[in-house]
Amino acid sequence: MEQNNKKVATTTHSIGIYLWIWGLLFVFSTCSYLVDWYEFQGLLRWSLIIFFMLIKAGLIMSIFMHLYWERWAIVNVLLWPMTAIIVFVGIMTAESQYTFFTRALFFVMGG
Amino acid sequence: MSELDISKLPKGGKGFVHDFAADQTTFKGVPWGKAMMWIFLLSDTFIFSCFLISLMTARASTTAEWPYPSEVFGLTMFGVEVPLLLIAIMTFVLITSSGTMALAVKYGYERNRKMCAWLILATAIGGLTFVGMQAFEWSKLIFHDGIRPWSNPFGAAQFGSFFFMITGFHGTHVSIGVIFLFIFARKTFRGDFDTGRRGHFTSMKSDYKAIEILGLYWHFVDLVWVFIFAFFYLW
Repeated sequence: MEQNNKKVATTTHSIGIYLWIWGLLFVFSTCSYLVDWYEFQGLLRWSLIIFFMLIKAGLIMSIFMHLYWERWAIVNVLLWPMTAIIVFVGIMTAESQYTFFTRALFFVMGG
Repeated sequence: MSELDISKLPKGGKGFVHDFAADQTTFKGVPWGKAMMWIFLLSDTFIFSCFLISLMTARASTTAEWPYPSEVFGLTMFGVEVPLLLIAIMTFVLITSSGTMALAVKYGYERNRKMCAWLILATAIGGLTFVGMQAFEWSKLIFHDGIRPWSNPFGAAQFGSFFFMITGFHGTHVSIGVIFLFIFARKTFRGDFDTGRRGHFTSMKSDYKAIEILGLYWHFVDLVWVFIFAFFYLW
């Protein structure tokens, strides 16, 4: 049992990398909070929010969840399905614009 | 499994083809519990994506003014309006607990029982703090601001239902995580993962791999909060 455990166990990483990522997550969370604090608006606000969000998500998934050290077989199985979400966002953007258009038309014209 | 030496297998794209073409197991070096947790998390990703995409659809299609979250969730501290104060603190609490969890996994694999157990306990307390602050936030919005799933005084009526649905579902995930963290803290303190003591419900022996699997769930809860923070509170 002991022998077996040692072989299967993932190699551990130095404590430094976890503390670094931890610190970076704090920094980027502060950054995304500052976007609201300074009341950036429009395209600048949206791009900054998405930028900081993706960096934080990437750090958590790759280092804290160890995806960086996993084999490609499981990484690909986990990440490719995410493209379906992007397609869905595209579909629903078109759908919501159409709904908004018909609502605006209805409220102005009275049906 | 004991014969398998991961370091000798091809890596990258070649490894991908090799693993999928191999017999027996596809995910080399991944314990079945970890693979199953990842697949569960993938399905959970789709659930939360559907919530956030519905939020996008509702917000983009309503002709009424959408409430400005920065003001709705602002708090007055010492006479100063601070936007999103509680939400920012909640974010930092959750990130802190994610950090302690990552360290717990590390110490678990180093078979450092005490450090691992204390860090899991710290993670659980962080999660409990988060849920407590969320309960405070909910009660303030319900009793003080009069936000309901069907109406609110700030603008578009859909705001309330999305708020309660999305943060409620996330809060449920955190609460379930906290329960499991406390259970695993106890199991680790008792030395279950060193002695191979059988689990109460599963009747199976376990080891420190279980801590990593629990950690995956906890990091996922943090990950979802990153997206909720961006799309619900900041957008």
